[in-house]
Amino acid sequence: MKIAIASGKGGTGKTTLSTNLASYLSENNKVVLCDLDVEEPNSALFLKTEIIHQEKKYKGIPEWNKNTCTLCGNCQEVCNYHAVIQLGDTIMVFPELCHSCYACSDLCPTNSLPMINNETGTLTHFKTNTFDFVESRLKIGEEQAVPLIKQTLKYIDNNFSDEFHKIYDSPPGTSCPVIESTKNADFVILITEPTPFGFNDVKIAIETMKALNKNFGIVINRYGVGNDDVINYCKKNNIPVLAKIPNKKEIAELYSKGELLWNKIPEVKTELENIKNFIFSNIKN
Amino acid sequence: MKEIVVISGKGGTGKTSITASFAVLAGKSAVIADCDVDAADMHILLDPNNLKTEDFFSGELAIIDENICTQCGKCFDVCRFDAVEIIENKHTINKISCEGCGYCARVCPVNAITNIPLNVGKWFIANTRHQQPLVHAKLGIGSDNSGKLVAHVKNMAKEIADQYNRPYVIVDGSPGVGCPVVSSLSGANYVVLVTEPTVSGLHDLKRVYELVKKFHIKAGCIINKFDLNSQKTTEIIEFLENESIEHLGNLPYNEAFTKAMTECKTIVEFDSGEITNIITKVWEKVKTTLT
Repeated sequence: MKIAIASGKGGTGKTTLSTNLASYLSENNKVVLCDLDVEEPNSALFLKTEIIHQEKKYKGIPEWNKNTCTLCGNCQEVCNYHAVIQLGDTIMVFPELCHSCYACSDLCPTNSLPMINNETGTLTHFKTNTFDFVESRLKIGEEQAVPLIKQTLKYIDNNFSDEFHKIYDSPPGTSCPVIESTKNADFVILITEPTPFGFNDVKIAIETMKALNKNFGIVINRYGVGNDDVINYCKKNNIPVLAKIPNKKEIAELYSKGELLWNKIPEVKTELENIKNFIFSNIKN
Repeated sequence: MKEIVVISGKGGTGKTSITASFAVLAGKSAVIADCDVDAADMHILLDPNNLKTEDFFSGELAIIDENICTQCGKCFDVCRFDAVEIIENKHTINKISCEGCGYCARVCPVNAITNIPLNVGKWFIANTRHQQPLVHAKLGIGSDNSGKLVAHVKNMAKEIADQYNRPYVIVDGSPGVGCPVVSSLSGANYVVLVTEPTVSGLHDLKRVYELVKKFHIKAGCIINKFDLNSQKTTEIIEFLENESIEHLGNLPYNEAFTKAMTECKTIVEFDSGEITNIITKVWEKVKTTLT
């Protein structure tokens, strides 16, 4: 089963829920946690881990070979991203604009733009005492998160059978990196806080999950602050609220130190149990 | 005109609450740009009246005309994004996966594929309730190209500032270190980093500052909820000193931030005491640094 944890708004508790849920479920299940927030991966900060495998990840970028190039201009014409530009007798490639579609390279009549691997980040496979954990980390300066997220999901699919409960800690927002992280999940948990910002952003996240035809439910974090808009909206639109994690300074303090909550705060364990029961009874593997 | 960008790496550290406070303090001297286009929240605090709404087109989407398509499969073979799907024996484009590279259209032997411009969202020019120009946007559901929309929002804000002689453009950025953040940093004069004393707050601050350094932009930092974890606050201050980042101020852990937001007010309008005092001092420091 694949469970993605997303939010719309940043800082609402995705990583807290992902790490605690993974740890809690791993007591009785095979679990792999995967940090897909490759721009700012944080799950590792909350886990005691040992590295078992690490690999660099790459994307293909064309590299100009001036010796064979006839300056026909085809590459510039086929690139929809303006990543390949002919300036006088030089072909310039702008790697940050390139989407690795291969059109310029494949369609070059003299094969003068071979695709060369450019590092985009690092994938690390860790073990904790009770579950596996895979993280990818975007190289600073690399703008596109999606290729690295795709490769990370592939690593998970290749290395973990369907017996595993796969938990995806997803990036904030609702744009392409979030779509990539959630589109193949069996269930998406949207975690939010009961404030106007949380409400505004979770509505956009809900629309996104509907557009993707996803099965999803809501978890309310910092329950007790703000107002009832999120809960009322969920009620009115028949969206299941799976859990309410209370607003407590003690939780914020444990979080600040990088500690898991469920084995220290009984209410959190109860809420995780609610989430587990809902997902297990509603989703067939 | 000086451009100030507020970012944090980690989400939820208080970027928007602080940016909106700067906006209120700056009053008529600033134009505001909400560049967190996929979770834009500034409008909640500033209550804008949209004067202009426009669609934003960026990139393309391939469309296969099934009346012309011979199902030869060339498009399927060349697509690197797994965007060509075969449904009921017909080749079709998955709209969400298509990145609009146009490769499929170029190799289609019967010209069955066309590329249509993609509407990726809307952008707005508004007047806030403080009679201050705000440029903001809403990215379409599942849209790509947020970086380009960010660049557009920022450019519009700059144009307005130029036209009306406003000395500051204040930009609310998005979390992360990817394309929208890179877009919001490009051309900025000063970066305000908002962090919190948590393991993830510091971790993400370090990563986003590595990006800021690549742009050679001067930066200052606000530690929000500084009293949550004194050890982490000390570590952050050490990091700031080592990197010569201006330490702009510390804000306490205080439910007033959430209360103000719940009333759709900025914290400087809601609180008349310590917090407003600190943010006002920070804003003065930013202005002094920029002169």
